[in-house]
Amino acid sequence: MTSPRRHFAGWLLCALFIAGALPQANALPAFARKYGLRCSACHEAWPMLNYFGQKFKDNGYQLMNDHDAPIWQNPAYWPVTFRMTPYWHRESTDKVAVDSVTGDATSAAREAQVTSHGFDLSGLDFHTGGTLDKNISFYLLPSSDPTGTFHFETVMARLDNLFGSSWLNVKLGKFELDNLVSEKRILTLTPISGVYQTYHFLPPGDANIYGQIGDNQLGIEYMGHSANDRTRVSAALLSTSDGNVNLASGTNTYTGFFAASQAFDTGKLGVQRLGFYAMVGEAPITFLTSGGVPVNGTGTGNKGFSREGFVGLFYLKKLDFLVVTQHGSDSAWFGQGFGNATNPFNGTPGGGNGGGLNCIPGTCVLPAAARAPSWNGFLLETHYVYSPQIVFIQRSEWQRVSQQAMTTNASSLGNTDMYTFGMRWYPIMTSRAGFAWHNEYSWLRTVGGSPVTGTDLTSSSLMSGFDFDF
Amino acid sequence: MPTKLLKWSWLAASAALLLAATAQAQITSYDERDRLNTDSHIGKYTGHATNAKEDYRRYCVGCHGELGDGNGEVAQWLDPKPRDFTLGIFKCRSTPTGTLPTDEDLFNTIARGLDRSNMPVWNTFTKQQRADLVAWVKHFSPRFQKEKPGTPIEIPAEPEVTPERVKAGQDVFARVQCWKCHGVEGMANGPSASTLTDDLSRPILPYNFTDGSRPKCGSTDQDIYRIFMTGLDGTPMPSFSDNIKPEEAWDLVFYLRTLQPHNTFNLKERQIAKQLGLKPVNPNAPAQ
Repeated sequence: MTSPRRHFAGWLLCALFIAGALPQANALPAFARKYGLRCSACHEAWPMLNYFGQKFKDNGYQLMNDHDAPIWQNPAYWPVTFRMTPYWHRESTDKVAVDSVTGDATSAAREAQVTSHGFDLSGLDFHTGGTLDKNISFYLLPSSDPTGTFHFETVMARLDNLFGSSWLNVKLGKFELDNLVSEKRILTLTPISGVYQTYHFLPPGDANIYGQIGDNQLGIEYMGHSANDRTRVSAALLSTSDGNVNLASGTNTYTGFFAASQAFDTGKLGVQRLGFYAMVGEAPITFLTSGGVPVNGTGTGNKGFSREGFVGLFYLKKLDFLVVTQHGSDSAWFGQGFGNATNPFNGTPGGGNGGGLNCIPGTCVLPAAARAPSWNGFLLETHYVYSPQIVFIQRSEWQRVSQQAMTTNASSLGNTDMYTFGMRWYPIMTSRAGFAWHNEYSWLRTVGGSPVTGTDLTSSSLMSGFDFDF
Repeated sequence: MPTKLLKWSWLAASAALLLAATAQAQITSYDERDRLNTDSHIGKYTGHATNAKEDYRRYCVGCHGELGDGNGEVAQWLDPKPRDFTLGIFKCRSTPTGTLPTDEDLFNTIARGLDRSNMPVWNTFTKQQRADLVAWVKHFSPRFQKEKPGTPIEIPAEPEVTPERVKAGQDVFARVQCWKCHGVEGMANGPSASTLTDDLSRPILPYNFTDGSRPKCGSTDQDIYRIFMTGLDGTPMPSFSDNIKPEEAWDLVFYLRTLQPHNTFNLKERQIAKQLGLKPVNPNAPAQ
């Protein structure tokens, strides 16, 4: 169940999943046009929000200047933004499983370095959002993969300042969790760095996809904040579906997400912020079958998982640091590849995000060596904002498995290190459109991740492209 | 030798022009350097203009422009237009009309924002950042180099609201003809409302007391009082400090509260207005 080939298949699928999920970031010239503010007013460097942008979002996409309702807008105003990124990239993986004899499937597998490069496209993000009336807002984001296949990345409506209180705000639909560090506003774009590894990590063999706080989720969320946004709290009740529609998972599976943060005034250095988050949920491992195939929405036998950690945003003049920690733990059943049996990626059990096994009553048992896997993650991202139009980015992420799913696994199996360096230059900075020349190099190592020899697997990505929205 | 004279005249004129230009450039350069040293003092905070350059560029320049003249790239689309800092004229002051605002006035305006305009509530800045921005705003206008801010007006303690005071406030409202712009019911529809322009001849609307919006320069009773007495410089709203006495200004505050929609801050005034059966002022009534 945990052979090197399966590991590799899992990681490959994980990589494909990540590549397919290049960030759908929320940078809206539509808002800038509405209010006449430059991108830099709300974004540290778009799409990453600064404090003012966070407050704008927390107020339900309102400046709270009594001109927020659409009735104040010119009737020709249409709150729509498109974002896409044509780019050149080079992807390299040092140990890919290939046949020893090309074309002979029966020949033994060997490892080979595979490097490819060329011109490419990101998916298209089609953002539309704003106010429906004062204190009622919406966000709709149909998003495509590079082939043009669309899905709904965000669909939500929110009610703000209920009873005149900034502490009472609610949204319903599919949305990014109210965490301080949003993966949807990530500044890095390669297939390796386009998501936060810390938000998606799973130990070898683990099939639980539902704890990925970087993904948009379906549910309802309460948010509250002080008038100046120094204090923020939120609590969400989510379907355990990782944002997938049609109730594909269990019959009664929900997940809770909680976050809170406090900002501190530190004079010339700006406002520093510290917070924590926690996600606690359950997901089923047993599904009814039809013709042997798991049936959507029939999952039972819920098992638990949790993710929790601290976040911090620290500013030191032109330097700022973004810190995220995470402790994750999954039920031993997930560690053995059970759960997530109705995932569209199903068919490759026990492999990261690739889908899981169905636990057939009477036949599935935990191996004696099985344990509940747990791990710790750490993310440090540094930005040097030379000016609102040039930002240098560095991020390091380390994931360490603290308890393997099998006692027989090497203690370091599955540990990952990721480093990325990049630069974004915004030659224009207006309230009408955004354009960035993005350059980046990323590197990822997974301990014991190579598909044949079980040695360390490394991959790298180099990209240069034009990231624009209008 | 007219040709030679002409030649020398040209040379002399050119030299004089060159000298004048150099001197002017030096003056401008010294002036600019001098202005970059502008400070602000708000309580324990001392703001320095140069420290705010980046924040101004990031947050403010789109509307107020690189030169602070209110001609940022989006100014053409905004109504009301962004403030031209070079004039050194500000609506929200605690100082008499025609004088410069205090640093604290500018500091508070940045944090409060200006409702019904595109000026957001910038309470996300630290106090130090705001103090620096105040200094930066001041550096645009030579007025701050030459003049001192006015002395803030004194606001006497707020008296108790009584029916007599509310009624007296209505009389003040009629006497100083607030209704001409603000309308007899405070709905910004007085006979002069449509003709109002600011000092730069741009159309401007009077404040509508009935739509639930907040007054631009603050919404406390003290803020409203201050607006009567200082006026909103650059707009048709004059200072009434010479026309109404302090106790009359408080009466007017109480009456204006009766025009505003039901809220916690004006419960008493509205209750009194109801008890009195207060009707809107009659503009055609003979002067008393």
